[in-house]
This record gives sequence, structure tokens and C-alpha cells, in this order.
Amino acid sequence: MNGKRPLVLVVDDDEDFRAQMCAQLEAAGYDVTAAEGETAADALLAVTKPDLAVLDLMMERPDGGFALAYRLKKRYPDVPVIMVTGVTHETGLDFATATASDRAWIKADAMLVKPVRFEQLRRELERLLPQE
Amino acid sequence: MTTLRVLIIDDEQLMRTVVRRTLEKHAVSLPDIDGQCRFTVEEAESAEAGLALIDSDAPDIVLLDHQLPGMTGVELLGLLSQRQPAPEFLTVMMTAYATLENAVLATKRGAEDFLAKPFTPEELRAVVDKATRHLLMIRETRRLAQEKRQIRFQLLSVIVHELKAPLNAIQGYLYLMKDLPAEDDPTVHANAIDRCLVRIDGMRKLIMDLMDVTRLESGQKRRDLTALDLRDVAVAAVESVAPEAAGRRIVLNLAAPDPVPVTADRGEMEIVLNNLLTNAVKYNRDGGRVDISLRAIGARVVIEVADTGIGMTSEECGRLFEEFVRIKNDRTRNILGSGLGLSILRRLARLYGGDVTVASEPDVGTTFTVEFAAEPSAVIS
Repeated sequence: MNGKRPLVLVVDDDEDFRAQMCAQLEAAGYDVTAAEGETAADALLAVTKPDLAVLDLMMERPDGGFALAYRLKKRYPDVPVIMVTGVTHETGLDFATATASDRAWIKADAMLVKPVRFEQLRRELERLLPQE
Repeated sequence: MTTLRVLIIDDEQLMRTVVRRTLEKHAVSLPDIDGQCRFTVEEAESAEAGLALIDSDAPDIVLLDHQLPGMTGVELLGLLSQRQPAPEFLTVMMTAYATLENAVLATKRGAEDFLAKPFTPEELRAVVDKATRHLLMIRETRRLAQEKRQIRFQLLSVIVHELKAPLNAIQGYLYLMKDLPAEDDPTVHANAIDRCLVRIDGMRKLIMDLMDVTRLESGQKRRDLTALDLRDVAVAAVESVAPEAAGRRIVLNLAAPDPVPVTADRGEMEIVLNNLLTNAVKYNRDGGRVDISLRAIGARVVIEVADTGIGMTSEECGRLFEEFVRIKNDRTRNILGSGLGLSILRRLARLYGGDVTVASEPDVGTTFTVEFAAEPSAVIS
């Protein structure tokens, strides 16, 4: 990418999470584009190819993130996807373990559980976006 | 249609055949569940053979003879009554020697009913009908109790989730401020602080609403029923939302020409009107209006609050009063709420022998109508 800042797409319906991600990513040297839902994300993806996507699992639909990841991978198979979720055992919807086969199917390249420390995300970004 | 399995334990072949033929042709109608119950019959010629059948696949109803060649019927009952967990089938004792002593013993050991030999097919059917209804009632009760536990668990899960969301957001902002020096971009810090305060407010509102729910649920809140004019409560509620309405150029119009006397708890009436008015402002468009009308109609009170807001589809209206349901769409995304207000509103309306209804049209507005008894004497508590 010869000095160009990598572009990260952040999709989350929680405006606070979006604001935090954007601020942290920009400070860490990434370009950021954000969308608040599946529809907005699809519109963005139609015109832009990000270098990486950070998607929230639960949006308007409980599995909106999965569906979006599937469409994104179909359009851009080489774009890494990091799935973020606030869903853990207490909601009775334990995606992390219950859908290991789904994960293989959607090929999310990493799963992070909210609250996400930026250090965790940075590690995944560095692993998934090779520096040249 | 339900099918129950009946096990007859009797050493007389003829008796088993008669029972089988009678019950296999029989059907119990169950008006409550709008259905019918039919029977299949299995036979055992001794208590030992019956026990083996019970252990391999437990029946629903056991017709048990007392006088059997080996173990007696009452002895078999005694054996079964010691089992943990207790068997789920019902037992009807059949005996030609209906001594009081045996009857008492059998009842102690869990027999549901008695059938004195010889009996007519009608008597058999009557006893089986009664056992069937009782059995299905027990099962329904058990199912409801299970469902209630399930709902309670889900509710708790949602509360935990709703409390965690603002915590996550606040924690995220604190990390952000720790990681990014303020001097790099002061607006980031300023925004973080503002958002933390907003989320803390939301969390406090949720906790307050939860306390209202708990009080209503447990009935512990001391209710102070006094005679009041509902118009006074409405005026106070209008005043409390007026600053926010003015900020968004929303006109509040209270129409209550005549006194609306009620005997009610003032705090509860405040919750009702505050909930209605807060929603009408919160979900309104800038420059919109809210019309509040209060009327006494006979022994009933009708509160109507109409807004010119974002409105809802009929599907959204249907889910509206459930706990923690917040209608999520593009238009509500940035509106904060606990998801409890309307469920509290409905509980209160019902507490006063009434209910809440809603009529709405997307992009036109929503009208909530609360109607209840003016005097608590008219309420069955």
C-alpha cells in the first residue's frame, strides 16, 4: 500500500462503539469509514473496498453481522473480517461456541467480545493486515 | 388430539378385555383445550408384570386391582410411592373388597381414585374421565410453572444485557481517554465525557424504572389512595416535559375542561402521565405537537395523548408493551430509553382496572389511550 493508510470499515449500531473505534483507529494511523447498519454498510461496500472490516454481530437483526460478513466475503473474498459481539452467555445466545460451524461458513477471521480493548484489536489488525 | 396410555393390572383376563374394549372406543372431550383425548390400553396380569411395563415405558393412567396373585395392588402402590421423583401417572384402585382400611392405605400411598368391582362401563368411563382431566390439569400447571421460570430467566438475562451496554460504552470511552492524550485532539475527550454522562443518565433511568417494576410486581409499594383531580397531575407532567418540548419547538396542548376526579395514588398517576408525555415528546418530530385530553366518562377515566411523531407500523405496535422491547429502526436509533416505560404504564392501568391501547401510523403520529376506573372500589384486586 506504499505509505497509504489502510482503510477500515466499522459497522455497529451503537454510536458510542462506532465513535470509540473511529477515534482509536484514526489515532493508530488507519483511515476509517463507519456505517450504522447493514443497509448503510452494503451501500458503502458497493462503492468502496476496505482493507479490513470490523462488524458488530447484533444489529437490526440478531445475526445481522453474520449476514453482512457473508455478503462482504462474496464481494471481496480477500478482505479480512473481525466480528465483534456483546453477546455472551448471559443472553442465552452464545454464538461463540454454539456456531463453530457457522464461523467456518462465514469465515470471520477473528472474533472479539465487547468491551474491546484497543490493544486486542490492534493485535488482530496487525496480524490480518500485513505491513509492507 | 391427545392420546393417553392406560395400563390395566388385573389377573382376570375377562376384566382386562372389558376394560380394553371400553376404553379403546372411548373419547373424552376437553373443551378447555378445544380437543379430544383417546386411550390406548396395555395389560399386565400381575403387579410384577405391571411394574416391568411401568419401568420400561411409564403409562399415563394405571388401573390397579388390589387382589393379585403375588404382590398386592396396595403393596405395588407402596413401592411406587417411595420412588424419587414421584411417578407422573395417576393410579385408580379397583377392588371387590373395598374395605375402608385398604382405601385409606391406598389413598396414603397416592391412589387417585377408586372403582368398586363389579362396575359398569359407564362407571369405568366416569372414573377415567375424571383422572384424565386431573392429569392434564397437573401437566398444564407444571408446564406453566416451567414457562414462568423460563420467562423470569430471560428477563434477568435481558436486564443484565441492558445494564452491561452502557457500562461497555463508558468503559470504552475511559480507555479511549487513557490511550489518546487530550492534547492531541481535545474534542475527542470532550465528546467522550458528554457521552459517558448521557449513558450514565440512561442507566440511572433504567434502574429507576426497574425499581418501579419491582415495586409494582411485589405489591410492596405503600399505595396512598387519595381523592385528586387528575388535571393537577397532568398540569405538573406537562410542566416537567415543557423544557425539552420547547427546545424542539413542540407544542403541548392540554384539553381538560372539566374536573376529572379519581381516587388514586398520586405517585402512580404521575408515572402514568409522565410516561405518556415523555414518549410523546421523545418520539415526536421537531416542531410537532402533543395533544393531551382528560375526560371522565361515567365511572371511568380516559387519558388520550396524541403526538405528531415518527409513528409505528402495526407490527411494531403489537410488540410495544413487552418488557425491554424498544422498537429499533433508523428513526429510533438515537433515542434513549429503558424499554420499560410502556410495560410499567400497562401494569399501572391494569392495577386500576383498565388498560392502554395504541393507534399509530408511521410518519404521522401515535395516540395512546389509557382508560381505567375512577374509584378503586370498582377494581377487583
